[in-house]
Amino acid sequence: MVVRGATLPSGERADLLIAGAEILEVGRVTDASGATVIDADGLLALPGLVDLHTHLREPGFEQSETVLTGTRAAAAGGYTAVFPMANTFPVADTAGVVEQVASLGRDAGYATVQPIGAVTVGLAGERLAELGAMATSRANVRVFSDDGTCVSDPVLMRRALEYVKAFDGVIAQHAQDPRLTVGAQMNEGARSAELGLTGWPAVAEESIIARDVLLAEHVGSRLHVCHVSTAGSVEVIRWAKARGIPVTAEVTPHHLLLTEDLVATYDARYKVNPPLRRAEDVTALRAALADGTIDIVATDHAPHPVEAKECEWDAAANGMVGLESALSVVHQSMVETGLIGWEDVARVMSEAPARIGRLSGQGRALTAGSPAELTLYDPAARGPFDVDRLAGRSRNSPYLGLGLPGRVVATVHAGYPTRLDGAVRPADEVAALATRALEAARG
Amino acid sequence: MRHLLGTKGLARDEALALLDIAEDMAAVQEREVKKLPTLRGKTVVNLFFEDSTRTRISFEAAAKRLSADVITFSAKGSSVSKGESLKDTSQTLQAMGADGVVIRHPASGAPQVLATSGWIDAGVVNAGDGTHEHPTQALLDAFTMRRRLHGAASRGRDLDGVRVVIVGDVLHSRVARSNVWLLETLGADVQLVAPPTLLPVETSSWPARVGYDLDAALADGPDVVMMLRVQAERMHAAFFPNSREYARRWGLDDARFDRLPATTMVMHPGPMNRGLEIAARAADSAQSTVREQVANGVSVRMAALYLLLSGDRGDA
Repeated sequence: MVVRGATLPSGERADLLIAGAEILEVGRVTDASGATVIDADGLLALPGLVDLHTHLREPGFEQSETVLTGTRAAAAGGYTAVFPMANTFPVADTAGVVEQVASLGRDAGYATVQPIGAVTVGLAGERLAELGAMATSRANVRVFSDDGTCVSDPVLMRRALEYVKAFDGVIAQHAQDPRLTVGAQMNEGARSAELGLTGWPAVAEESIIARDVLLAEHVGSRLHVCHVSTAGSVEVIRWAKARGIPVTAEVTPHHLLLTEDLVATYDARYKVNPPLRRAEDVTALRAALADGTIDIVATDHAPHPVEAKECEWDAAANGMVGLESALSVVHQSMVETGLIGWEDVARVMSEAPARIGRLSGQGRALTAGSPAELTLYDPAARGPFDVDRLAGRSRNSPYLGLGLPGRVVATVHAGYPTRLDGAVRPADEVAALATRALEAARG
Repeated sequence: MRHLLGTKGLARDEALALLDIAEDMAAVQEREVKKLPTLRGKTVVNLFFEDSTRTRISFEAAAKRLSADVITFSAKGSSVSKGESLKDTSQTLQAMGADGVVIRHPASGAPQVLATSGWIDAGVVNAGDGTHEHPTQALLDAFTMRRRLHGAASRGRDLDGVRVVIVGDVLHSRVARSNVWLLETLGADVQLVAPPTLLPVETSSWPARVGYDLDAALADGPDVVMMLRVQAERMHAAFFPNSREYARRWGLDDARFDRLPATTMVMHPGPMNRGLEIAARAADSAQSTVREQVANGVSVRMAALYLLLSGDRGDA
């Protein structure tokens, strides 16, 4: 396969020659007889995007999403690897469940599925799950998280941080003090006061992050902070990094673009945890992503069926889908604002998440010898983000009807296209290509 | 008026028009035959997801006095308690041909979801949603103030310069919110007094002064003191230590009542916790408007139903 005339993140134009699962040549490809040619004139070539925070909902919640439909959404959004969270049913707290999820991902073939293991049994926050068994399983788990709930017990958090050092793991914390957020419905502040919705105070996030960075420093462990949402959290993480504490942090696309003002509609598509915050928080999060205080963008793709959102606010589920829209949202909030360039986008959406998750074969710069994991993006495309842009099972996107810049034209995973000419390839074709690629890899 | 969802955003002329129509309705209440034929053939559904006998019978009386057919749909013992969604319930009402829906719901914003969802064509009246708004309560409070101040000459008058002190659990009170927005629109000067734990953390944009000291607020001799109901469960969640301490610091006890000018109105949306937020003497005094508030509630709700359901409904 030859990608003709793509623009690399650096701004250079180049052809990419892909053979098998590898990029053979980057530059001017003259001898490409017999190869499939993708005309990438005007398109940006980025390393395949890597999402460190995805909810694929399988096993247990297949009415919302499955590994197949969720990775199809990933391919639509330019992703070649996703890290599904452990809050399935049964919870991904044993080697059996994480191996099953990884295997479903391999069969579907749309993206690398690298499961995240639960920190505690059943996400109950009481006993450590078999972290070592998950690490040494065929799923090769390195990221552990109780996402959806916080590991709030300080002793348990300390032990988890210490324990995963044995296999270079990392704890990804959902920072939310449970007692400070009982019944919480939206960011606590002027808006919650007016709308009469129970507040989710910023301090409930910031106090947990402050505690956890100090614990990580004390025991010398890696800590990753999920979905940072407040200006105060940014300050705490900035302080921790300046002190040399090995902490990394993520921000979601929606926290980079949307504010709590949207809650005034009581439209439950805007209900998410952590909640949408103030415009000042959005500004601080953008600045933190630009200066490296926040390392990555992660989607927190959280599919829900219609009935979980078509109801009164209090009864609605938290979460929004994000895989299909993430690159466009980062384009609008970070690139069009001049805060970062496309090389930074490649770093925060591909290289750094793969590095934090210890996922080899992903997040590599597009050079000869790299794995053929890439996405082709048309930054000049314009138009409303409508429902045909969604490729997963659920429709709970907050961006429907909004104008977002850019469009993913093609995604290449393991050397074969999962999306081409602006359309996701059919499941049977992708599954067959995946099987062939696996056989080729085995030799 | 298409729906009545809140007093925030209710324009001054709309509010005054509603209060003036309520005066006409009140005049009807003084006749021997209290019934008007205005809404004959219309169906009003009282959709109550939360117990509230007082508000429900007030709306029921209002609708009946306008000759509407009234159906009461109470969540208790209905399919709602079996997990039926707001959507299914409202579509059932739509299929039955409801012209107006009066909704009381524990979730803030539920009436707005009902009005904007497209599930139902009926006009929606918010009869109290969560800790958000209770617009007919604020309108009846304003109506009551206006009548006490201006008597028969109330029509067309606003509340310019009237000094109102609202005391109690502002954080959880939809009555306080609706009053703050409406009183601001009508030109009143509003002061909120509460324990710091029972105020929202951020009220700087509210058109009201906020304080913790009831004695200081009462020392200015306000025109109106409105006491809010305190829910017993608040003290279990550490909002204040116990009812004795609450009554001492934020209750309208006899000593505080005696220091008030004889012209100060004492208001309470009911039901009262006598001895907690309000002492019996204040509650039963000539300055108390509690029973007038109940009577005026029917007139104001008649006016709201009349505006929503008679003739052409605009898109406002």
